[in-house]
Amino acid sequence: MSKSFKQALFSAALVWAVAYPVLGLKLAFSGVTLQVQNAPPMTLMIIAICSVLLFLRVLFAEQISGLRRGSDKPLISKKTSDFLTLPSTQRWGLAALIVLAFIWPFFGSRGAVDIATLILIYVMLGLGLNIVVGLAGLLDLGYVGFYAVGAYSYALLSHYYGLGFWICLPIAGLMAALFGFLLGFPVLRLRGDYLAIVTLGFGEIIRIFLRNLTELTGGPNGISNIDKPTFFGLTFERKAAEGMQTFHEFFGLTYNSINKVIFLYLIALLLALAALFVINRLLRMPIGRAWEALREDEIACRALGLNPTVIKLSAFTLGAAFAGFAGSFFAARQGLVTPESFTFIESAIILAIVVLGGMGSQLGVILAAIVMILLPELMREFSDYRMLMFGAMMVLMMIWRPQGFLPMQRPVMKLKAEVGQ
Amino acid sequence: MSRPILQASGLCMRFGGLLAVNGVGLTVHEKQVVSMIGPNGAGKTTVFNCLTGFYKPTSGTILLDGEPIQGLAGHQIARKGVVRTFQNVRLFKEMTAVENLLVAQHRHLNTNFLSGLFKTPAFRRSEREAMDYAEHWLEAVNLKEFANRTAGTLAYGQQRRLEIARCMMTRPRILMLDEPAAGLNPKETEDLKALIGVLRNEHNATVLLIEHDMKLVMSISDHIVVINQGTPLADGTPEQIRDNPEVIKAYLGEA
Repeated sequence: MSKSFKQALFSAALVWAVAYPVLGLKLAFSGVTLQVQNAPPMTLMIIAICSVLLFLRVLFAEQISGLRRGSDKPLISKKTSDFLTLPSTQRWGLAALIVLAFIWPFFGSRGAVDIATLILIYVMLGLGLNIVVGLAGLLDLGYVGFYAVGAYSYALLSHYYGLGFWICLPIAGLMAALFGFLLGFPVLRLRGDYLAIVTLGFGEIIRIFLRNLTELTGGPNGISNIDKPTFFGLTFERKAAEGMQTFHEFFGLTYNSINKVIFLYLIALLLALAALFVINRLLRMPIGRAWEALREDEIACRALGLNPTVIKLSAFTLGAAFAGFAGSFFAARQGLVTPESFTFIESAIILAIVVLGGMGSQLGVILAAIVMILLPELMREFSDYRMLMFGAMMVLMMIWRPQGFLPMQRPVMKLKAEVGQ
Repeated sequence: MSRPILQASGLCMRFGGLLAVNGVGLTVHEKQVVSMIGPNGAGKTTVFNCLTGFYKPTSGTILLDGEPIQGLAGHQIARKGVVRTFQNVRLFKEMTAVENLLVAQHRHLNTNFLSGLFKTPAFRRSEREAMDYAEHWLEAVNLKEFANRTAGTLAYGQQRRLEIARCMMTRPRILMLDEPAAGLNPKETEDLKALIGVLRNEHNATVLLIEHDMKLVMSISDHIVVINQGTPLADGTPEQIRDNPEVIKAYLGEA
């Protein structure tokens, strides 16, 4: 009794220790100085109620878990879970999502389509990082570095040489892949935590490098007025530049700025679908199997004649290429790139998408991207607590579903004899 | 006598001040089963690691079909046809049995990125052949019904057999088994013995073996190498080894 009482008292104190400095104190201006003030009594009341509730919860933990034991069921029953992760179910889910994605922009509002475009960028990034982290098992915390390389490739080429989006898209992918390859060479002899630290450093180096290379990249101001993608040479602006035609003039429509938003959305959708297709195929190719085998056991791979360095490098390079594509699209959509778009928090969000979705699972990554990007947008009022919510979500996931929303299920391979039957 | 496949001589491996292997030599002929025995810590696995490129031997030569292979990286030696299993099973546990076998065929498959992306006929054919070969070997080690089970969920004896099948996928010149009977019950050991017999007689496999189960070693070996404290102690047919007083002394201690 005394032990659980002590624990309960400690938990209640913990509530105060965590909640009071964050919620219970307020900074207010008094003249020119800042002053710490107590929050309104209502907030303090809520904290007090929470601490009392937690106190009771810990004090009677045994009784509560005893009550619950009668209905001892996991959050999602085994059968539902299996059904959800079945490849055929996932295929249907994916098909439904794609159909929905194509009709969406013609009904959604301008803001909604814009957010959907952002989600698609993160889907691309999540799918790319999924190759590196989910399949090959290489923890990469500097993924945003390749994203930046892709974005700046397009921005610079467009700014200095006036090249269009469609030419720069493959170039940006190749540039990011090249950086992935160059970084991978020295770094991939490290594993686990060490690899994570070095890639983290790489991501930061790229950002700081871009910020300090003022003559070329404009430093902290970045590069602005980047051209938007064109539709076979037709721009979506109100007035076409010299020698170009606008979309609405060509098709005899009245100018509407939402056309541009929808067009960008459709490009993002096509890019994301292409990424999905390529990665889907890769999974069923020898290289995809080799990635997974490498994640499972590197020594066994070597004993079977697989070259671990080449396999790791291919995963790193391909993953980086997808970040490059996403990056160049990002630059085109924003029309502006600055180093501050590529901070570590972006890497963390992409990694969270992969982990939440379930390592190696494609549909999972898509759903996680939707959740991770949509939630903060829907709950703008709570934006101060965004990090708190991410943290809570991670903790809850680790408790209830550590394998992710929709973990990957092994493909079932039909043997010849069974096919004949 | 058939020609030698693997010849090692004067093999030394030094870890700092410790000379773990000192002057070990062995010769494996085609279609032979050669066993390496010795007390615990004698350096048998170290010799294996040297032969398969997991360690770089301090000195000595290793010839595979007359070609020196010492100092090459592990995967390069494996590609030349020296393939091994491990003392503790090293399967790809999260992958299914048949996927394990497909990974091992990586080198023989069509790994062209574009042909895989567009599923060209050549790619399909290559995958089909790999599946058929994997199926053939699953049947040979009696695991066909478990083809789509993840390897980690198989029973221990089955995992051992799957590991041997996975090695055979690479079409090895010489198969090296590190204590394949460790942890198996007598029935499973009998099965293993039969399997090694099948490998040699039907699949023309050459086997180099580390094993502590003397009954197994004596019954299947053509040739035995004994190592004690890193140095070669004896070398001969099972009969010669059985009667060798030095070997008895090393194993049982002096009377």
